[in-house]
Amino acid sequence: MRFTLGWLKDHLETDAPLNEITDRLTSLGLELETLHDRAAGYESFVVGEVVACEQHPDADRLRVCIVDTGSAQTQVVCGAPNARAGMKGVFAPSGTHIPGTGLDLKEAKIRGVDSSGMLCSEREMGLSDDHDGIIDLPADAPVGESYVSYMGLDDPVIEIALTPDRADCAGVHGIARDLSATELGTLKTWPYEEVPGSFESPIVWERDLGDEGKACPMVVGRAFKGVKNGPSPQWLQDRLRAIGLRPISALVDITNYVTFDLCRPLHVFDMDKLSGNRLTMRFAKDGEEIQALDGRSYRLDDTMTVIGDANGPQAIGGVMGGEVTGCTEETTDVFLESALFDTVRTAATGRKLGIESDARYRFERGVDPASALWGAEVAAKLILDLCGGEASALTFAGEVPEPRESILFDPNRVETLGGVAVAAAESRQILEGLGFKTKKQENKIEAEIPSWRFDVECEACLVEEVLRVRGFDNIPAVPLERVTPLSNAVISLPQRRVSFAKKVLAGRGMLEAVTWSFMRDAEAGLFGDIDETLRLANPISADLDVMRPSVLPNLIAAAGRNADRGAGDAALFEVGAAWQNDAPEGQQTVAGGVRAGMSCPRHWSASPRASDAFDAKADALAVLAACGAPVDKAQATADAPGWYHPGRSGALRLGPNVLAWFGEIHPKVLRALGVKGPMAAFEIFLETIPMPKGKAAKARPLLKVSAFQAVNRDFAFVVGQDIPAAKIIGAIRNADKKLVAEISVFDVFTGKSIGEGKKSVALSVTLQPLQATMTDAEIDAVAAKIIANVEKQTGGVLRG
Amino acid sequence: MENLDQLREELLASVTAADSLDALDAIRVSALGRKGRVTEMMKGLGGLDPEQRREAGQALNAVKTAVADAIDARHGGLADAALDAELAADRIDITLPARPESEGRLHPISQTFDEIIAIFGEMGFSVAEGPDIEDDFHNFTALNIPPEHPARQMHDTFYLPEKPDGERLVLRTHTSPVQIRTMQNNPPPLRIIAPGRTYRCDSDMTHTPMFHQVEGLIVDETTHMGHLKGCLIEFCRAYFEIDDVPVRFRPSYFPFTEPSAEVDIGCSRKGGELKIGAGDDWLEILGCGMVHPKVLAACGVDPDKYQGFAFGMGIERIAMLKYGIPDLRTFFDADMRWLRHYGFVPLEVPTLLRGLTP
Repeated sequence: MRFTLGWLKDHLETDAPLNEITDRLTSLGLELETLHDRAAGYESFVVGEVVACEQHPDADRLRVCIVDTGSAQTQVVCGAPNARAGMKGVFAPSGTHIPGTGLDLKEAKIRGVDSSGMLCSEREMGLSDDHDGIIDLPADAPVGESYVSYMGLDDPVIEIALTPDRADCAGVHGIARDLSATELGTLKTWPYEEVPGSFESPIVWERDLGDEGKACPMVVGRAFKGVKNGPSPQWLQDRLRAIGLRPISALVDITNYVTFDLCRPLHVFDMDKLSGNRLTMRFAKDGEEIQALDGRSYRLDDTMTVIGDANGPQAIGGVMGGEVTGCTEETTDVFLESALFDTVRTAATGRKLGIESDARYRFERGVDPASALWGAEVAAKLILDLCGGEASALTFAGEVPEPRESILFDPNRVETLGGVAVAAAESRQILEGLGFKTKKQENKIEAEIPSWRFDVECEACLVEEVLRVRGFDNIPAVPLERVTPLSNAVISLPQRRVSFAKKVLAGRGMLEAVTWSFMRDAEAGLFGDIDETLRLANPISADLDVMRPSVLPNLIAAAGRNADRGAGDAALFEVGAAWQNDAPEGQQTVAGGVRAGMSCPRHWSASPRASDAFDAKADALAVLAACGAPVDKAQATADAPGWYHPGRSGALRLGPNVLAWFGEIHPKVLRALGVKGPMAAFEIFLETIPMPKGKAAKARPLLKVSAFQAVNRDFAFVVGQDIPAAKIIGAIRNADKKLVAEISVFDVFTGKSIGEGKKSVALSVTLQPLQATMTDAEIDAVAAKIIANVEKQTGGVLRG
Repeated sequence: MENLDQLREELLASVTAADSLDALDAIRVSALGRKGRVTEMMKGLGGLDPEQRREAGQALNAVKTAVADAIDARHGGLADAALDAELAADRIDITLPARPESEGRLHPISQTFDEIIAIFGEMGFSVAEGPDIEDDFHNFTALNIPPEHPARQMHDTFYLPEKPDGERLVLRTHTSPVQIRTMQNNPPPLRIIAPGRTYRCDSDMTHTPMFHQVEGLIVDETTHMGHLKGCLIEFCRAYFEIDDVPVRFRPSYFPFTEPSAEVDIGCSRKGGELKIGAGDDWLEILGCGMVHPKVLAACGVDPDKYQGFAFGMGIERIAMLKYGIPDLRTFFDADMRWLRHYGFVPLEVPTLLRGLTP
């Protein structure tokens, strides 16, 4: 919403300086967006008259002008082809900074002739690119007047951001009312008087809205005869231009002016172009078309309110008038419309048609219901004043909607809800200043809501009015009371696990990424069947049209982008959501990560190797351990889903419960995503990690360290190729659960010497006696048990 | 015994002259070894009478000890010299780079979440969560945004497919539905914050279709707007780590709060550089207000008894302001150069006691 200071002062009697006014606007919730001082930089320019204009003695293209600047006559050498005696132009004295050229004007001698000051072109003024000649002002421009005041630029333009609830401030009067309530000035009643009609309107209104009367509760009109529609007066044009509107003709300018001045949109029909003697407020027929004032044609439907004559729709209710019946310079007989339209329907119509108009802006937020009537009076006064002619009596259909119920307001609520004690009398005065009619009701205030305040609906709204007018700055800040003397834990264990996962993975050298929750549908299919419910109805782009079923695809794509930038060794992770379906339980929290390329850069003393499934397994185990999962009990099974390499991937499970998947990504998936492999990845399902039962004890179990020396024995077993190492380890552990303390695999070997379909697995076993140091015989006995058990459970034999 | 003195001098001289550990060892063997000169002379004592043997033995022992001590001393010196020589030959180029280690980083959004939790946690807010896919009731209706409300259009909502019964789920447009879920499932008093992902169908220089917010909610019987101001002013000062950062509350409008305010912090833009703190300009950072009675009622909380405040804040925005990150869209690129530069070392969780920023 834009207006000028002068315009505001039409409605507000105030001596307050501009910055105080703009600060107050912001503190009222009418936030200052821009302040445009159009006079800035033009202070020294004046209207000058060329009293004499002679050829320069030494230059064909130059003329020597004597310019009357109001206070003196000065000689200016001028090169403009249109310079001539008797013309009026814009004169800049020496010393002026010329905005268009960025230069400071100096006294000069041009080809031997003294020149003091300059007559300016539009380009030199920074107004346009026009440099064909100097500005040619109308003959009645007063010599010596400052350019700023002559052009009406001494009135700064104020633009405020209007929140959608404050429809009433989409008019300058409403803004002035808010300011006056703060006692920054006094609200002037606007010059509104009833204009008597001298004849009956030849056009009458009809409402044909069936049950949906609220689409247009009331419409008022009146006819005008014998008007003269030409350009509107300068002051009106200046105002409209200042707020960015183009003056069109007096009649149209009047409707625009009232729209911005009083938040009362109006429309004028050229009566001669209307067909029949009635205008009907009705719903459009599906497929009806209208040529609107913006020159474009719109196809309407039966949810839209139109104003129709015998020929069809002539205006889109609350949104825009029609071109065919619009007023032109030739118009002499006019029919004025001042109506009320439903906010929701107006918004929907405007949105469907893609029309942003000043009328729509106001009607979709809410226009004062009382204004349908006074709007027709205010407009009539302006039309008669500016265009002459005669006005008819009012004609209308429908009625002003019932006022809303008053609110009973406990003035103590300003303190108990608003946090600042305000005397009841002051609250009442503030509300009165905003146009509420108040009455005392025992300890409460009964406040009648002004017809223009659609936003006020409850006691809290009145608290806001009082606070806002006094300024939120005047609410003392109070610290929150502590609930407990010390801080309590504020995050849950599952939330901590998210944090643990991030810290562990970052600690393992991975970079945390945050990628989109959505992805391309076609690629999502590589990561399992996509539930229909997860396809966005209105995606932002075809790349991001389905909720991701896994955190991996976006990470894989990110690793690919990094590789394209020359960083092929990527280690990225993300802890975030993946979706199985649209139910709240269908959203899983997953810690996923990818490792692409080599484990480290080439280095003189370290040998890089390709990242593989065991890197991913280590990542997954580290996160699970940090999150408190019983990793020693977890089983690794070779059944990861299809987006992993079928032979180089697995799951970490607790029984049927999958804690994580890990492995190398299936080469086909990488190819489909356009990313080079191989690439290792993991997905850890944080919500599947068991929660501790009951309240976990903080004390650790007692540390038992044996006083007796541990013994290491190495074994190499030849087993079938498909025997998992875990099975051999299990057989060794089960051979003597008390003595076997640690088992590590230090070699896996296949080769001709081992035999077809066989492999050799070498393990180091630590035996930890608790009672006494082991004798050789005891050690041999345990070793024999181990060998026997491995043979029994895996078919493996000790390698000779 | 003259020859003993002579022997002694001779042996000590040869020890002193030994120029290597090998030479010294040869002297030791030739003097004190099994067939060494001193040893041989010891053996020869057997033929003497006891008195003579005792005297000669003592004298010989004295020679033996003196030579052995001299050898030990010389050995020490020669060993040091040998080690020195060995070490002198064994040099590495200490300017060579150490073995590579990859350094991980946390995303600025994680860091900012943790900082926010640290501050509001001290004020007694616990962390609540809700799903990203929401229903119409939680995202709109319960927040006093009825179907025809213009604010729905302002939200640029992402919709999921319409169900047979006409219901359309949405990607939550703000974290405010967590307010509703919290109030529905927990009786007052309540103090929660809800950080999380939010979505709007908008993409340009300053908007991404996914972004992060943190919601705050207090519901009890006494919290008023003065507390709202106190709480958020404390937050701004703690978060930006500037004790005197000016904070301004401006009346505004949200359907789910009444009164409503937007909060600006002071800044200066002198020389084109944005600096948070006292200055001549303001930056909007969050929206807040007292919970609308209709919102309380929609969650089954008695609006005549309970009241409270709510706020919502964009995470990326405050992270950008605090850490000088110029472009919103880079947050979601996963460019490793960016992650290394703007990311955080995972050393510790931010707390007010130990400091927010590592």
